[in-house]
Amino acid sequence: MDKKYGVYICTGCGIGDTLDIEDLVEIPEEEGINCTTHPCLCSKEGAALIQKDVDEGKVNAMVIGACSRRVNFDVFRFDNCLVERVNLREGVVWPHSRETYPALTQEQKDDEEHFDRIQMKAEDYLKMGMIRLEKVKLPTPYTPESFSKKILVLGGGITGMAAALDAAKTGYDVTLVEKTDALGGYAAKLRSQMPVSAPFETLQAPVVDKMIQELEGYPTIDVRTNCEVARIAGQPGEFTVTFKKPGERIPFDVPFPLPEEMMVDETGKELGPEAAHEKFLEYNEGRLDILKLDPEGELYGAVILAAGWRPADLSKENYAHLGLDLPDVVTNHEFEMLAAQGKIVRPSDGKPAKNVVFIQSPGKDEDDADFDYAGSVTSQVALKQARYVTEDYTDGRAYVIYQHMRTPGLQEYFYKSMQQEDGIFMTKGAVTGVETQGDNLAVTAVNTLLGENLALKADMVVVAAGMVPVTKDDPVVNLAYRQGPGFRDNDIFGQYADSNFICFPYETQRTGIYAAGAIRRAMTIEESIEDATGAALKAIQCVESANRGMAVHPRSGDMTFPEFFFQRCTQCKRCTVECPFGALDDDEKGTPKANHTRCRRCGTCMGACPERIISFADYTIDSIGSQVKAVGVPSEDDFDEPPLRFLALICENDAFPALDMVGLNRMDYSPDVRFIPVRCLGSVNVIWIKDALAQGMDGVILIGCKHGDDYQCHMVKGSELAELRVKKIGDALSSLALEEERVAFVEVAIDEYDKLPKIINDFVEEVDALGPNPFKGF
Amino acid sequence: MTTNNSAPVSGSIMVVGGGISGLTTALEAAEVGYEVFLIEKEASLGGRVSQLKHYFPKLCPPTCGLEINYRRIKDNKNIKVFTMTEVQNVAGTPGDYTVTVKTAPRYVNENCTACGECASVCETEISNEFNFGMDRRKAAYLPHNLAFPMRYVIDPSMGTDDRDKVKEACKYDAVDFDMEEKTIDLKVGAVVWSTGWQPYDATRIDNLGFGRYQNIITNMMLERMASSNGPTLGQIVRPSDDKAPATIAFAQCAGSRDENHLPYCSYICCMASLKHATYLREQYPDAKITIYYIDLRAPGLKYEKFYAKLKEDENIFFIKGKVAEVSEDETTGNIDLVAEDTITGDKIRQNVDLLVLATGMQPTAAIDKPAADLNYDAEGFIVNDFSKGGMFAAGCANKPADVVTSNQNATGMALKAIQTLVRR
Repeated sequence: MDKKYGVYICTGCGIGDTLDIEDLVEIPEEEGINCTTHPCLCSKEGAALIQKDVDEGKVNAMVIGACSRRVNFDVFRFDNCLVERVNLREGVVWPHSRETYPALTQEQKDDEEHFDRIQMKAEDYLKMGMIRLEKVKLPTPYTPESFSKKILVLGGGITGMAAALDAAKTGYDVTLVEKTDALGGYAAKLRSQMPVSAPFETLQAPVVDKMIQELEGYPTIDVRTNCEVARIAGQPGEFTVTFKKPGERIPFDVPFPLPEEMMVDETGKELGPEAAHEKFLEYNEGRLDILKLDPEGELYGAVILAAGWRPADLSKENYAHLGLDLPDVVTNHEFEMLAAQGKIVRPSDGKPAKNVVFIQSPGKDEDDADFDYAGSVTSQVALKQARYVTEDYTDGRAYVIYQHMRTPGLQEYFYKSMQQEDGIFMTKGAVTGVETQGDNLAVTAVNTLLGENLALKADMVVVAAGMVPVTKDDPVVNLAYRQGPGFRDNDIFGQYADSNFICFPYETQRTGIYAAGAIRRAMTIEESIEDATGAALKAIQCVESANRGMAVHPRSGDMTFPEFFFQRCTQCKRCTVECPFGALDDDEKGTPKANHTRCRRCGTCMGACPERIISFADYTIDSIGSQVKAVGVPSEDDFDEPPLRFLALICENDAFPALDMVGLNRMDYSPDVRFIPVRCLGSVNVIWIKDALAQGMDGVILIGCKHGDDYQCHMVKGSELAELRVKKIGDALSSLALEEERVAFVEVAIDEYDKLPKIINDFVEEVDALGPNPFKGF
Repeated sequence: MTTNNSAPVSGSIMVVGGGISGLTTALEAAEVGYEVFLIEKEASLGGRVSQLKHYFPKLCPPTCGLEINYRRIKDNKNIKVFTMTEVQNVAGTPGDYTVTVKTAPRYVNENCTACGECASVCETEISNEFNFGMDRRKAAYLPHNLAFPMRYVIDPSMGTDDRDKVKEACKYDAVDFDMEEKTIDLKVGAVVWSTGWQPYDATRIDNLGFGRYQNIITNMMLERMASSNGPTLGQIVRPSDDKAPATIAFAQCAGSRDENHLPYCSYICCMASLKHATYLREQYPDAKITIYYIDLRAPGLKYEKFYAKLKEDENIFFIKGKVAEVSEDETTGNIDLVAEDTITGDKIRQNVDLLVLATGMQPTAAIDKPAADLNYDAEGFIVNDFSKGGMFAAGCANKPADVVTSNQNATGMALKAIQTLVRR
């Protein structure tokens, strides 16, 4: 790109009142770059002025020194141009006022005692904006060589079928894979199901059959039963999938990473990389490496994981008081299977089960939680199964003993309707024991609503066991990714395949793979069908973004992607290991292979690389590094008591907006800090910190989103990795005789902006107490 | 960031309601490549969730997700946002609708920099509806500190004197009292109604004293008090005397699961009260909190874990039993409540500093019926008819739900809307 630079400075919104615009304008003009000022750049004339320059070919790489890039985004949008927004308003003149930092008189300007901190900040920001423009370029989008828009759905139950139908109705080809020999999943085995539509009052026939019929009417849905996925290799838009028969062992089975116990030798010492690799190969004997592409593999664009759940196995649990080994004490799953076969009879002697007790909670009177993995579904299932009893026998009686009847939202109508059924009795209570009593069972409960302890005689007892997601047993997606075949971090969710974002429920840690249905949490059929529709949208959106070289959430539309200067790669594998999305696979030597459509463009790889070989078109080590070096660091050569200088690297997702809010609210903080927004703190390369300190800056602070189990970090691991890197840098600092406290890491949420000034000022104060950086002025 | 949003598809979708569900539907459809008109009646996007301090169970700020969504709007030329706008009429059939929308005058144009000068010179004050009337604001106001668009609004009730002052005070020529309401027709293929919910009017629950006794508030009012941008800047205090409450009671199902009010369960109030207990505990380490419930609905692993943590707190008490009656202790302003502990059968009398009513949600469409051919259930929730297509309901307009479920549903409705366009 033949760059034609231009600088535009807006003097409105207080910028012209507070700053010495003449001095500012000198900065680009000294370099021969044209600088135009305007009293209101965002006005029609202001924008037209810039547009005219663009149209006449005078500028295609511009600095706009005005308001924050978070506002007037539509006004300052110029196609095929590089636009650098220098935040003179929210970043400089709004937080720092002339009352607090009076302007200098002419004599004061010339002496070595006084300095104008606001002006210094503005001038630094302008220089930083200009240097950044030199270092970046417009991206050329990347599209995979072969591309498919086909959607692969794993699981032929209700959720999978609903997802397949929705994708097909939108005009996409779908392959629906089911490992058993029939579609329908668990829903096909039920006698009846809970209602899926208003008024939500009665049981209904399973919708499964109708759905299977509907599916058959779509020639664009390729149904494969007795089929499993052996591996999914590649990337969104270009997934190469190998199928197999369930139970088959084939060379394209996906390799699994070495379990932790095998990563050490007999003495417990960690194996070196070569020894570990040998063990890995041994462990995966018969399985081809992930980078070996299956020539018979089929191409898909996106994957919907709808493999569902299995009933919980309570045999290993310590519920002795529930009498689980008695023949007439069954789980809700076993009861359903009996009910589906005909009238409910006792397993022990085949006699009618007319008095059935349903137990919802295993915690006796010590804990009111339901069984694990129950959600609200088991409450509703108990009501449904209680109705079975009264359906089968006119003198049937069902007793539901619960701690909390969980029928949230409109499911409350179902509860009310079942409450009105003769023969169904419900009470809150803590079941303390289930024992045999002659031919029957005796159930005892305390703390009931009936005012006294309960002793019930029962033909059968049904316990409300939970719905375990199949990802607890098996990764299912079998991704041929170096980081492993399954989703990362499912253990935060009890092995559900879920997203950790309340606002973005489909954003799992694997791009292009969307989970729906009971595999992500216990769901009713109605909820599963709805979830499937959302997953189908995300799968379609993914292929329609990848085909245009665009990233998906959260950097939707971003067309840059990581580029590697492999000549200097030392195969340390840090990028491959640290990428939160598993976008990199390394070969036997350890050289990473980038899979761009898996990538979410966070830049964590760029931050991880010790050789600094990774860059994006508009975001590189140098584009930030040169901004750091452009900051003026006054020393005793310039002033008697020079101001301190700090670098703050702030995450653009939460911390940067919070800082804008501080400016908007005219709250002051130390003007000696230079803020550079970064895509994610994970993309912070320690070289920037070292550069800052080597330059003589007194401290560096990283401000980003919360990490941990309840992480807020939109890139999952970025914030956490940044904190680790900052801790490690402590050693490097002491070798330079610099104090650890000069580098800090702070988590800030966007609504905590009111705390930000104090956080910044406290850091500045702490470093001030250490004294200036001894390297200043060198 | 450099983006390319040239749509390979054709047809437009309208989303009515710019809260979290509407934002989700609009963005998800726009990122597939469709043109979307996002219609919002208030002056800012964000809806009900922008009134919340935190979401359960992560206790994370809604503004985090909203900020990302606003950024996605900024980066996507496919979305056109209309604030201060309401749907007047929908005519047509699935695939071919003509929607008439009316935009009320904001009296502030795009020049506004949110500098706040107009508010500082204005003397007229109006009730602050964002804070449920708990405080007042100037007639020239910013909807809230994280508004989108970040632009002031002038209430039509502003008097002439103030109008002159305000116009003079604005350095950016952003005040324009000549603005008039504008009505236009938009042609779209599908409409998604994400009109959300309103807190149920607690004054209708006679036995719970809301509106009669000062120290009885609703859950949403507590949410506003706990928020740093709220009427008390984040301090939860008693309305009568601004004192810190040492004893607090929550009355769950206030108006929900009740034949006389809302027969359904409002889904979120149990979790919301648990969340409020954490807000209170953060401010008042020794406060005694009692939650009167019928059933505690905290379903699912994440919600269970949250509930389990609260059960460990020795100063939080859970009692199964509805609050039946309330009265005020005139000398202190405290609330005397009567409830039944349904397990022991005992009548409980408790005197608390503050009583919070966990009021439920009513779909806005039940109160403010859209002028469109929609199907409703008995309570005003819009029922989806996928075979007919064309118009769909997302989020709480469709059923009471938490944010996660609303967003899943809203994502799905984007697809349903797209299907209508594709089938054309």
